[in-house]
Amino acid sequence: MNDDSSAYVRAVEERAPANVALAGKGVGSPKPRRAGLPVALSGLLSSKWLGLVVAVLALALPYLNSSTYIIQIGTDALIFVMLAVGLNIVVGFCGLLDLGYAAFFAIGAYASGVLSTKCGWPMIATLPVVVAASVAGGLIIGGPTLRLRSDYLAIVTLGFGEIIRITANNLDFTGGPNGLYGIPDFGDFGLRSDVAVYWVTAAVVCVAVLFSSRLGRGRIGRAWRFVRDDEDAAEAMGIHTYKVKFAAYIAGAVFGGVAGMLFAAHQTAISPPSFNFLWSALILMAVVLGGMGSTPGVVIGALAISLLPELLRGAQNWRYLIFGLLLIVIMVFRPQGLLPARAGEPKRRRRGGVA
Amino acid sequence: MSAVLLDVKDMAVSFGGVRAVDGLTFSVHEGEVLSVIGPNGAGKTSAFNCVTGFYKPTAGSVTFAGADITGKRPAVIAASGIARTFQNLRLFGDLTVLDNVRAGMHVRIRQNFLDAMLHTPRYWRSEDTATDEAHKWLDFVGMEYDRTAQIRNLPYGEQRRVEIARALARAPRMLLLDEPAAGLNHGEKARLLDLLRRIADLGIAVVLIEHDMGLVMKVSERIVVLSYGKEIADGTPTEIRTNPAVIEAYLGAEDEEAHAEAERIAAEAKPAGPRTETRQ
Amino acid sequence: MDHLIQLILDGLFVGSFYALVALGYSMVYGIIKLLNFAHGDIYMLGAFAGFTVLSVGAGALGGGFLALIVIMALAMVGTGAFGVVLERVAYRPLRNAPRLSVLITAVGASFALEYGIAVTFGPNPQVYPIGVSGGALGIAGARITYAQLAMMAIAVVLMVALDALVRKTRAGRAMRAISLDPKACLLMGVNVDRVISRTFFLGSALAGAAGVMAGAYYGKIDFLMGFVIGLKAFTAAVIGGIGNLRGAVLGAIVLGLLESFGVAFLGSQWRDVFAFGFLILFLTVRPTGLLGERVTERV
Repeated sequence: MNDDSSAYVRAVEERAPANVALAGKGVGSPKPRRAGLPVALSGLLSSKWLGLVVAVLALALPYLNSSTYIIQIGTDALIFVMLAVGLNIVVGFCGLLDLGYAAFFAIGAYASGVLSTKCGWPMIATLPVVVAASVAGGLIIGGPTLRLRSDYLAIVTLGFGEIIRITANNLDFTGGPNGLYGIPDFGDFGLRSDVAVYWVTAAVVCVAVLFSSRLGRGRIGRAWRFVRDDEDAAEAMGIHTYKVKFAAYIAGAVFGGVAGMLFAAHQTAISPPSFNFLWSALILMAVVLGGMGSTPGVVIGALAISLLPELLRGAQNWRYLIFGLLLIVIMVFRPQGLLPARAGEPKRRRRGGVA
Repeated sequence: MSAVLLDVKDMAVSFGGVRAVDGLTFSVHEGEVLSVIGPNGAGKTSAFNCVTGFYKPTAGSVTFAGADITGKRPAVIAASGIARTFQNLRLFGDLTVLDNVRAGMHVRIRQNFLDAMLHTPRYWRSEDTATDEAHKWLDFVGMEYDRTAQIRNLPYGEQRRVEIARALARAPRMLLLDEPAAGLNHGEKARLLDLLRRIADLGIAVVLIEHDMGLVMKVSERIVVLSYGKEIADGTPTEIRTNPAVIEAYLGAEDEEAHAEAERIAAEAKPAGPRTETRQ
Repeated sequence: MDHLIQLILDGLFVGSFYALVALGYSMVYGIIKLLNFAHGDIYMLGAFAGFTVLSVGAGALGGGFLALIVIMALAMVGTGAFGVVLERVAYRPLRNAPRLSVLITAVGASFALEYGIAVTFGPNPQVYPIGVSGGALGIAGARITYAQLAMMAIAVVLMVALDALVRKTRAGRAMRAISLDPKACLLMGVNVDRVISRTFFLGSALAGAAGVMAGAYYGKIDFLMGFVIGLKAFTAAVIGGIGNLRGAVLGAIVLGLLESFGVAFLGSQWRDVFAFGFLILFLTVRPTGLLGERVTERV
């Protein structure tokens, strides 16, 4: 398939499918999977009801505590959740490493920021442009690189992230290094303006989490996992792996772009340093920590990454040092993350169950 | 004889100077069971990979059901009605048995992004149909274990069966099986033989690469023999059994002991000797 | 005309930096197909290793060029050893893991290195205690300093030495063999782990040398200095054909020249955009690079 892979990779890749075969060899009947606490917890977390409870809690936060500080970090955390579930589509479901995810965040934020401040558009009207711009960004980067080996994508997206940030820094209409300020919100609906933004954000993020999780379970979501597990086998089943990867990449781009729009409305001012590599790395960290491919895990991971620093203020560089080490430790000792995705069958809607 | 389904003409592919497939010509007819045999390194799997698009042939043409598929993308070829299995199992190890089989149905499931996000009636319909069909194919191949389990936790023989079920779920007109009997025990081989016959009864053409001569002789209507990337014989099992070129290709003409061995193999006394073939 | 020659000289100078880093990138990739994201940070580590040696023993070494060479040698040993440890601790346990895991580990290593240095030395830029100054040479109206010339000379010596090592020695043959077929090498009794360690040592040592040179030349170092050069080195490796050592050098020079001209036409604020844009363009048009060859992958 790929032109440039050499023997070591082949050797490694050959071993992987063989492992699949050997794992159960000699086992009379499949052993029930030992359900450790995290698995059980992730089972609990992926139940529909718990998702609903969390969503309701998120929406009810202003009733529980409406201090400016809480609303502020709550909005930040929710936007971060959206970024994480968006990146999870790309990294977790499809197995593509995107190291410049903040680029889409920036594209969304700047598209809505420029249109609302320079052209006077209402924030909500910028949504189609945000989506279109994110898709366009995804096409430009995904087009050439998704044909290549996945690790090329990683570094090209890293470069893309820098391109977007530097471009925003250099251009006049994006406000240069000062960025844009005075970005409007979605309207206050007769509420305190930060609470209004919070509610819009909470509603959008809840829907986004639901959609990403559902996408992961349907036809396209299965295809993403097939591609992640074994591209050749997926091709042999008639799955056009390039298109499938493209779909994941574009879906992730749209999530990132919309999150950027929410960010712009929430911050009311944006500038290039908000979209540096650190962001991309933190979002990746949330996905890896929670469990790649596991929506509940990723949501928890994102909440942890965005809220913990609030508890441990200061010592920022120590925090990042620990994040870096943690990435290595997780990959070596627990690559499935803290709340791993379960390979399970969804319950059937119709009664009568499995035939 | 029924119509030609797959037509391979002068196909060639080489790796760094080694001509793995060297001007190969053969055809497969609708609904027949054809075995491709040959000594290790004869280019059998390479030929499979060229037909299914995993290698781009450097010369020659491949025509399937009247359409030229030479050098097309594997997914396009698979979608046109050729399904295959791999010499070393290539299942989606992290996923469930059912999901693995659903992979075969991917191109037939009608569902878009919106259906999936909004859980429309069409979503449920297509998911239910897919699940039912997946069960049907698993029943067909006789996969008896927990179908909601992760596939990597299944015994090897069951994984082999699931791989065939996945290929059948592709609803192919032609099925390419690369050493389906490798690693199976005696009882499992007997069940495989039965399964192959039932697949043929569905009207699907089956092309088999296999080293187990007992199985090959029992199931094949026709056998193609490869050596050094070329076809050296083509005929019914009886013809192949007595073909001197085949015996020579397998063990060399000089060696008398080997000759005896080859005849023993041909006479189905035993499965082909100890397999030492490494991958490609 | 003068202007043109100046641009070419500048490009060659920057290119020689890129080449030293790109070589390590390309070597590691060639041998275990790993994009070592931390490679740019090893360059940064080299700069800080040199900085530490200088801070401790500046008096003993005196200034000048000889001191620079000694420091560079020490830093190379230090970064080389670090590269070996990094491979042993972070990458080796994952050699049979999915590629995504290894890539993420490499990102983690990069992050840990950057902020480890930020924690140790503080996040602010450090002034390099040794500088290279001196006269300049005029070539047809263009100007190149002796320091630049000397650094290019050092880079060339290191590259020639590496090339000889890989092509002429037994160790080099083992490296080339592993990049072709690690499984066969294992069967032939080649100590694959040791060769991989050695590759990391060499690649990291070269990056460390480049780090010291950059510190001495630019006079300032900081913990994020490796990020962009890592990306540039990768770009150079891709332009040359990743895994191909001479290609990496060629790619680095091409990139250096392109940047030099790009900056002249677009302005220096677009330097990185230009370079990364070129990377994307190159991957679209010729992903195998200038010296890379197409290989049919076997299934």
